[in-house]
Amino acid sequence: MSTSQTAAFVRKDMLPPQDPPTSQAGLVKWLRENLFASWFNAILTLSSVFVIYLLVTHFYPWFRHSVWNANSLAECRTIIAANWGEGASGACWAMLRERWHQFIFGFYPPELYWRPIAVFLGLLLAVAPVLFTQLPRQMLLFSLAYPLLAIWLLWGGSAWPVIMIAAGFGIGFLALRFLDEVSSILAIVAAIVAPILFWLFAVGPLDDVLSKAIPLAIEPVASDRFGGFLLAITIGAGGIALSLPLGIILALGRQSNMFLIKSCSVMFIEFIRGVPLITLLFVASLLLNYFLPPGTNFDIILRVMILVTMFAAAYIAEVIRGGLAALPRGQYEAADALGLDYWKAQRLIILPQALKISIPGIVSTFIGMFKDTTLVTFVGLFDPLKGIPDFIRADFNWKGIYWEPFVFVGAIFFILNFSMSRYAMYLERKLKRDHR
Amino acid sequence: MTEPHFERDIDRSHMQVSDEVAIQIENMNKWYGQFHVLRDINLTVNQGERIVIAGPSGSGKSTMIRCINRLEEHQSGRIIVDGTELTSDLKNIDKVRSEVGMVFQHFNLFPHLTILENCTLAPIWVRKIPKKEAEETAMYFLEKVKIPDQALKYPGQLSGGQQQRVAIARSLCMKPRIMLFDEPTSALDPEMIKEVLDTMIELAEEGMTMLCVTHEMGFAQAVANRVIFMDQGQIVEQNNPHDFFNNPQSERTKLFLSQILGH
Ligand SMILES: Nc1ncnc2c1ncn2[C@@H]1O[C@H](COP(=O)(O)OP(=O)(O)OP(=O)(O)O)[C@@H](O)[C@H]1O
Ligand SMILES: [Mg+2]
Repeated sequence: MSTSQTAAFVRKDMLPPQDPPTSQAGLVKWLRENLFASWFNAILTLSSVFVIYLLVTHFYPWFRHSVWNANSLAECRTIIAANWGEGASGACWAMLRERWHQFIFGFYPPELYWRPIAVFLGLLLAVAPVLFTQLPRQMLLFSLAYPLLAIWLLWGGSAWPVIMIAAGFGIGFLALRFLDEVSSILAIVAAIVAPILFWLFAVGPLDDVLSKAIPLAIEPVASDRFGGFLLAITIGAGGIALSLPLGIILALGRQSNMFLIKSCSVMFIEFIRGVPLITLLFVASLLLNYFLPPGTNFDIILRVMILVTMFAAAYIAEVIRGGLAALPRGQYEAADALGLDYWKAQRLIILPQALKISIPGIVSTFIGMFKDTTLVTFVGLFDPLKGIPDFIRADFNWKGIYWEPFVFVGAIFFILNFSMSRYAMYLERKLKRDHR
Repeated sequence: MTEPHFERDIDRSHMQVSDEVAIQIENMNKWYGQFHVLRDINLTVNQGERIVIAGPSGSGKSTMIRCINRLEEHQSGRIIVDGTELTSDLKNIDKVRSEVGMVFQHFNLFPHLTILENCTLAPIWVRKIPKKEAEETAMYFLEKVKIPDQALKYPGQLSGGQQQRVAIARSLCMKPRIMLFDEPTSALDPEMIKEVLDTMIELAEEGMTMLCVTHEMGFAQAVANRVIFMDQGQIVEQNNPHDFFNNPQSERTKLFLSQILGH
């Protein structure tokens, strides 16, 4: 072997690297590599630039001619014509100035706007510890209590029914906690049956007594006052919160060895996926009335939320099933060999990994569902995309206003959905970093 | 087949086979559909025995030891582990599984949990041991397998040999009375095989009851008190290592040994 002695004619030090020639550096190089790498590439680049040019020149004037101060569409048009000449087109944002609150709150009583605002801020607070694990875990207690608090604030009325619902969950939790020592199946059954019995038989009488003793009520707001983004976010957030657990249960059910559970899950998933959402919404608005005992006043928003949840859950179940199938058998075997029972193995080993794989699909489903909440317009609810604009157009002042509501509502949907998709990417990266 | 030799002498002072029966398998049969994988298996393992199971690929070695903790279900005959018979009764299965540790060919660590969490998960959730105590136990066993400094890493950050030692520590944290190994070194590079075998030898020295499917005949000679040869779903021959290697009885054993030892 030769030694590392340096011969006299060999340079000892490396020369500093020379600057690359200009054709290989900076902007020129970047353009060349990314936009003009070949003839075909160059043609594509030029035609894309042309399309972008057409779009911008077409839409830019419309935005530039915007009018913010006017009392009607006709007034907007006069102002635009005066400023930019006859025939110029422009956006009439004055409509938003006058009607923005209807896009946001629908027909919620204006003096009570603080309630949905508080609920929305509460939503951010409740969701934060779920989204960001760095935050203190105690915040999750608020997240748990939040849904009922939100329901009470949004719809108002007596607080007792809501407290009773919470009490039912408390009973279920206690049953689970103390019967788990005896048998985990018994515990699960009791945790489901006990609250239902409580809600069915104890809530009515208790509510009467308590409401008389201590009236705890705020002004009620009926469901037909809801509209705009208040409605979309209520249905969307409720659907998201409910469809994930339901989707997990359906996915596990579909994998189950128990024939009945498996076939029920498969039928549910395939039926829901095979039917358009609008059909389900009509079911919510019309058919459920036939099945429910006469006289029950089952809130339309709640009905829609349940069906939207079922719809999203079926898709989420399929996404999660893919995640479950991607896990190697060894994970199940190791969990079994350590003596973990089915539920513990699922909760501690299988689902955390399967859900991680499924994040992109789950978030796409959420985004799709949130956008689909605009379909509630077909059952007479005032969604922000069609219901509210149509209502505004019915006003003589704003008759004929067309693009502005779409642009405005589309922009808000975009911001909300884009944040969801960004968060999903953050989560994916974070989980990857944690586990490698 | 590489034959690692073990530099140090093996301490046999604790390797005592007691009269107490740890595992009893009687006339056990298993089918996969029409395929008869295990035929009339009879096997008694006493507490403290160290058994190596060898045999050609597909002979049913894995299937047999996986029946012992019910990762596979047998169709006829009886399996009694530590006095508990394995039936479809879930209580019995859970009881047996918490007494029997298992180490797999592909480690099967939980990739989303740290090494420490891998080791404390089952003690906390199955044995209901307080977290702090479980962590102390875990660190004790991680030190034993010589990787305490990796406790906060994730499995993906460790080498194969280290992962397999973590898998052994994870099983030991449940304080099992019996350990099953299914080709624990087959997925490892040669230089890592030795570190895993060393860990297993230490375990044997402490008197653990072990059933080990392996092709490491050096390990068999060093620590096993019995070698079992399986072929086509049957136990063809069993003997102490000395006689098994020097004086095999059946033709099939001879053929297998000549292939595996390269004579
Ligand atoms: N889930 C299964 N379904 C059907 N047949 C199976 C299944 N698992 C194993 N077998 C078959 O059972 C036989 C025994 O398999 P087993 O894994 O026990 O063999 P082995 O002795 O461990 O082999 P190896 O040394 O390759 O690990 C093989 O023929 C195999 O193809
Ligand atoms: Mg095998």
